[in-house]
Amino acid sequence: MPDTLRENTNAPEPAPPQSGTRRRPNASLWIGFLLSVFAFLSYIPIFAKYPITRDMPWANFLIFALGLVFLFLGLRRAFRQPTVYRGKIAGPILTTISVAALVFFCFTIFSLGKHLPLSTQAPRVGQRAPEFALADTNGGITSLASLLSTPAASHPTKGVLLVFYRGYW
Amino acid sequence: MQAFEKLGVNPVAISVDSPSESQDLCRKAGYTYTFLSDPTTEVIRRYDLLHKGAGVKGHDIARPAEFLIDSSGTIRWINLTDDLRVRARPDQMLQAASALASQ
Repeated sequence: MPDTLRENTNAPEPAPPQSGTRRRPNASLWIGFLLSVFAFLSYIPIFAKYPITRDMPWANFLIFALGLVFLFLGLRRAFRQPTVYRGKIAGPILTTISVAALVFFCFTIFSLGKHLPLSTQAPRVGQRAPEFALADTNGGITSLASLLSTPAASHPTKGVLLVFYRGYW
Repeated sequence: MQAFEKLGVNPVAISVDSPSESQDLCRKAGYTYTFLSDPTTEVIRRYDLLHKGAGVKGHDIARPAEFLIDSSGTIRWINLTDDLRVRARPDQMLQAASALASQ
């Protein structure tokens, strides 16, 4: 690596003479901010698809943590070397938005999904499953009794797995 | 799904969706197992799984729940999640189904 390039990467830089007009952009702040935004938005389209990152969203928290580290470094740079780096105004704003995103993310993840009915009267293991007969997608009516006696493909029926789901309403 | 069939366990999905909505879902997602429609939530209430006003426009819908029933009609395994995000995983359901099938 030529010496001139190496010099450029060395911190801290001497303050440029016209301070305030030619300060360096504070990339760390923006990287941190973008990481936080990605951590916030990526849960549903990406990480919620896989049980390992869905049940406990550690991947998102890791990205949030990384984002906050970058923001912290960017803020420190902006306030310790204000003549070299920009970001004294943008830094606190971006950090506030990122922290707010993290708080809102925690709230939605740990609170919203838990408002479920208790289902204390739901049938228990060992009890008989309540009988039912409901419309199927073939225009007929299917009962639990018929499901229990219909062979699954070519295999003898051992049981039925009922999956109640929210549906698309 | 074929794994369940091999074990002799019929998966059955129940929701408030109409049969045609479920049919659309099956066609799009390639599901081949039975989908049943409970628009009046009669069966959902019989299993005490009603989530009041939780659907779009405040409709009553089913909370997520899984029941494994043996051929005599007895419930052998239940999963009632306490968090909407955390559902029964296929491997958990398969494990319960294979325990049932091996008896």
